[in-house]
Amino acid sequence: MTVGQGDALEGFIDALLDDNAGQLYERAPCGYLSTTPDGTIIKANQTFFALTGYRREELVGRLRFADLLSPGGQIYHETHYAPLLRMHGTAREIALDVVRADGERLPVLVNSVLERDEHGHPTVIRTAVFDATQRREYERELLRAKQRAEESEANATRLAHTLQQTLIPPTPPVIPHLDVAARYRPAGDGTEVGGDFYDVFQVDHGEWVVVIGDVCGKGVDAAVVTALARHTLRAAALHHSSPASALKELNDALLTNESERFCTVAILRLREGGDGWRATLALGGHPRPVHVSDGQAALVGTPGSLIGVLPEPELSDHELRLEIGESLLLYTDGVPEGRDNGSFYGIDRLLRIAAEAGSDADEMAGAVLDDVLAFQEGVARDDIAVVALRAPRLSGATAEPPPAG
Amino acid sequence: MLFAHGFGCDQNMWRYVAPRFADDYRIVLFDHVGAGRSDLTAYDRDRYSSLNGYAEDVLEICRALDLDDVIFVGHSVSAMIGVLAAERDPGRFASLVLVGPSPRYINADGYVGGFEVADIDDLLRALESNYLGWSAAMAPVIMGRPDRPELGEELTESFCRTDPEVASHFAQVTFTSDNRDDLSRVDVPTLVLQCSDDVIAPVSVGRFVTDQMPRATMVQLEATGHCPNLSAPDETTAAIEAFLNRIPAQT
Repeated sequence: MTVGQGDALEGFIDALLDDNAGQLYERAPCGYLSTTPDGTIIKANQTFFALTGYRREELVGRLRFADLLSPGGQIYHETHYAPLLRMHGTAREIALDVVRADGERLPVLVNSVLERDEHGHPTVIRTAVFDATQRREYERELLRAKQRAEESEANATRLAHTLQQTLIPPTPPVIPHLDVAARYRPAGDGTEVGGDFYDVFQVDHGEWVVVIGDVCGKGVDAAVVTALARHTLRAAALHHSSPASALKELNDALLTNESERFCTVAILRLREGGDGWRATLALGGHPRPVHVSDGQAALVGTPGSLIGVLPEPELSDHELRLEIGESLLLYTDGVPEGRDNGSFYGIDRLLRIAAEAGSDADEMAGAVLDDVLAFQEGVARDDIAVVALRAPRLSGATAEPPPAG
Repeated sequence: MLFAHGFGCDQNMWRYVAPRFADDYRIVLFDHVGAGRSDLTAYDRDRYSSLNGYAEDVLEICRALDLDDVIFVGHSVSAMIGVLAAERDPGRFASLVLVGPSPRYINADGYVGGFEVADIDDLLRALESNYLGWSAAMAPVIMGRPDRPELGEELTESFCRTDPEVASHFAQVTFTSDNRDDLSRVDVPTLVLQCSDDVIAPVSVGRFVTDQMPRATMVQLEATGHCPNLSAPDETTAAIEAFLNRIPAQT
């Protein structure tokens, strides 16, 4: 910067002369304080006395800086501030409350430096004290906002878990002569509601329906569609004996729903008969289930259209049998599409695990989930749902079927 | 000699004192879980909901390192942590050095701890205010990375900082503790090192500790404040040395 001539130059020189060392110190725009290394006040500027309301003779040589702090501030001073200053020679932007002479509290921000002599022995502490009243109020607001945000987040997570439990029955019902087991693992840390769901319910004497599906997306929006899909299928399965017709009804429901979301569903209707179960399977864009017989695993069913996209989806019923000792594995795409550095878990590996899995449904469902997770080093990239069914060999007594619902 | 730091900082609190004993003693330094470079994932709110959890840690260190005849040197709250550890396993300890001990910080009927309950809330607010800028800026540096020794220098820089939630919990546990009844049960030669003008542990409290413990002696330092180990390392070291030299005659 350059200063011109005439009045401007004169003003510059006047200001320079007026702002002498004494003025710089006494009327600095912050309180300024010097203390012995143990904190006894040896000097302070006018700004400091004005801020605190004390007179010079009340402080100098009589009190320590810590004596002017609130009790909590004194503890903080002794446990944090003083050690920090002693160890590092400086302490910056420490928030404290000074108790003024009139008893009022003054929030301040404090910077200190510790001077040492040539032998390294501490000689004096210099402290700048800034009035931080407004800043502190603003910070308290921030803190409250942060606390509210944390509470909201905790609430949302709790809600997500509660909602999830209504979409994913923790344990499937007990079905006479049919061994049923399920596994579910949400993606990531499980704080968000996933789109996978499954359901197992009775529609008639000796007739059961198993549903597994995957609504696109996550969160509350997806959960609303999941709930809609689940209760629509429950109702539709009661008056349509054809699973494809039930899927068609869900398709219509989703198309009339305001949501843009679609889903994939596999629905299986089981009727007990002869040695095992007769089953009708319909797929709406869903991965084909695995049928395991005599240690041989194969995909079954006819892939159909996604549900909730086309007004006239291609959906068909596929008849199959689940003989004694055979298993059927339904799953969501989180299984074959489990990723590890770009490579997919894949259908081949799923078929192999399913073929090798032990002799009951629970073991099979567990083995598949464990293997997919192991492939992804324990962290599911996508939701994973697995339902395993098995027609067990005769084992004597069976429980009465529980009521539908 | 096992050195334990108090509330607020970490084992660096002993950097001017502990090395002076290194020629004659095996020196063991540690950070309490939640402080300094400890593994923050080991912080368990239940375990550390009273000072007993910290005392158990001290005993675990003794067992893990197979320490016997331990001279326990505890500053501030760790003084009482040492008392609790010695109460549980007296055979482990040869002596205790309590620097600025207080068995109870809050005043009670007839007992002057120096603080009221409201003062502790005030401290918690002070902690909160000073952690406002912490999370984003400091977290990556401090989040307990024992696997990253190259962070050592920065960690020393930040030695009085720790996770805000841990600090707040530790402050609450520390300043609401009441371990007065434990004092009389510890029959180990004990030195109480008392500062002259300490708002956190006043002289009357140091005297109370000394009177309650069967084998305690108090030395009042000229040093003021709560951290003579930092502000007066010579005087602190000399007092501990004199005490340790006397011990064989006592036992």
